[in-house]
Amino acid sequence: MRHWSRAAWALGLAALALFPVVVSNPAYTTIGVFTLIYMACATSWNMFSGYTGYIALGSAVSYGVGAYTMALVSIHANMTPGASMFWLVPLGGLLATLVAVPIGAIALRVRRHTFVVITIAIFFVFQLTAINVGFTGSTSGLILPFISWSESYYNLPFYYVGLGLVIFATILSAVVRRSRFGLQMLAIRDDEDRALGLGVRTTAVKLTGFALAQFTIGMAGALYAMFVGQIFPQFVFDPLFDVSIALMAFLGGFGTLVGPLLGALILESFQQWLTLSFSNSSLYLILFGALFLLVILFMPQGIVVFVRDRVTRRVAREKAAVAASETTLAGSGA
Amino acid sequence: MSILSVTGVSRAFGGVHALQACSLEVDEGSIAGLIGPNGSGKTTLFNVVTGYVRADQGAVRFRDEDITGLKPNQVFARGIGRTFQLTRIFERLSVLENMLVATQRQEGWLRGLTRSKSSAEEVATALELLDFVGIAELAELQAGALSYGQRKLLELAYVLVADPQVILLDEPAGGVNLTLINRIAEKIRALNAQGKTFLIVEHNMEFVMSLCDRVTVMHQGCNLVSGTPEEVRRDPKVLDAYLGGGEEEFEEVAGG
Repeated sequence: MRHWSRAAWALGLAALALFPVVVSNPAYTTIGVFTLIYMACATSWNMFSGYTGYIALGSAVSYGVGAYTMALVSIHANMTPGASMFWLVPLGGLLATLVAVPIGAIALRVRRHTFVVITIAIFFVFQLTAINVGFTGSTSGLILPFISWSESYYNLPFYYVGLGLVIFATILSAVVRRSRFGLQMLAIRDDEDRALGLGVRTTAVKLTGFALAQFTIGMAGALYAMFVGQIFPQFVFDPLFDVSIALMAFLGGFGTLVGPLLGALILESFQQWLTLSFSNSSLYLILFGALFLLVILFMPQGIVVFVRDRVTRRVAREKAAVAASETTLAGSGA
Repeated sequence: MSILSVTGVSRAFGGVHALQACSLEVDEGSIAGLIGPNGSGKTTLFNVVTGYVRADQGAVRFRDEDITGLKPNQVFARGIGRTFQLTRIFERLSVLENMLVATQRQEGWLRGLTRSKSSAEEVATALELLDFVGIAELAELQAGALSYGQRKLLELAYVLVADPQVILLDEPAGGVNLTLINRIAEKIRALNAQGKTFLIVEHNMEFVMSLCDRVTVMHQGCNLVSGTPEEVRRDPKVLDAYLGGGEEEFEEVAGG
């Protein structure tokens, strides 16, 4: 089983790494870049929300902070357009983490449903502020230093930095899950007060997890800004961002490691393909809404758990069948 | 000498006075019982001692330290463990992982990020305790699959992980069969022999009377009577509190 799963991970990684080599059409590698960005974000979101059970719907704040870090620093520092701007990606993540500390300190004072509402409220404060202050470019947005790479080359660096973010987010999520800290987050998910009564410093654990999860999302926002070259407050501080990554995590498997990767891979590539094919960027909303209902109704634990349960049940049934036939044989032999 | 003392603790929820100037002393190394009709404030008193509920007035002392108003994790870290009336375990973690949640470490909270879930030593301790309560063979099972009685045993086991000096049990014999009740009583005696102090809330009179050195009866938020099981059994005030008179019925309850 372990070998099998290791092989699956290696195969998945190889497929992602080779994709732009095999498919050179920039229209499709663009889809690839967006898909990787969302895979990293959904995984990182799941590392906090999936493990603790606290559904955070304000992660677009981190995405926006990351995007604006990239835009403002590259513009005001007069950076040479090009690969050196990638250094701002981790800076975007760092700032998103710092901003998340006070947000988390406020939002995590309340439990569950109230927490969800508070994160949404904080998000709108940031969105409205970004639209109404001058330095964000307001509704006309900001234009980043223009990177003049050739059309056939342009997507490649972004694709592989995006892949790097996915690998980083996945490894971090796996390490956290295996750590004592991850165990404490899972304990909080099951019964927070009981965990507190067993000596778990729940507030510190939740805040650390929340802030840590924002790091990759901030980096993804910065990468996005550099990739598209022009950002608007209403698009980087987008409420649909959180709805999307939450749906991706739920579709794939809330709280699992592979789930958010799978969910984002399916949904984001599908959404981008729809946009490309029908030149309608809101069509996906209707489909996402319907899909969300279907997932909650029929696969509330997501694809990964759904499939795993089927497989376990089948293996158990086969074992039982083998055992039964053996008893019959033994019976007829005697 | 008392290891845990509660002095004049009051707590009101809206207009309901759950505790009114309640006082209690628990001697080190003893098994103390806390009985009283439903709604007399026993669980609220547990909640105040373990930090889940803040006291409006009064003080809780553990050895020489004032622990009034500490958070549940701080109370636990000082050596007071508790179980809940309705068992509370982490259903989606394995039985062993449940035990590891309770492992205490003297380390900064950031260290938890880099350190693995458990050291070999911690796992060994956890398995030893699971073996002590008799569910070691279930260590790898998801805790949600445990029966009610097994959950009670798990809850007792993970409270022991941190090696607490005082253990508060909220209805350890509630809703479990006689064999298991006897097993739990036996474990409590064994732990008590190792020097652990117990404070037990329980409605099963036979269990309380046979196990406890001292019994305190609570009524309407305050301590009514304290004494040996025999003294309490004979005290007319206790009968009044439980039944508003009617001696025969109490005899029935007390199994006497």
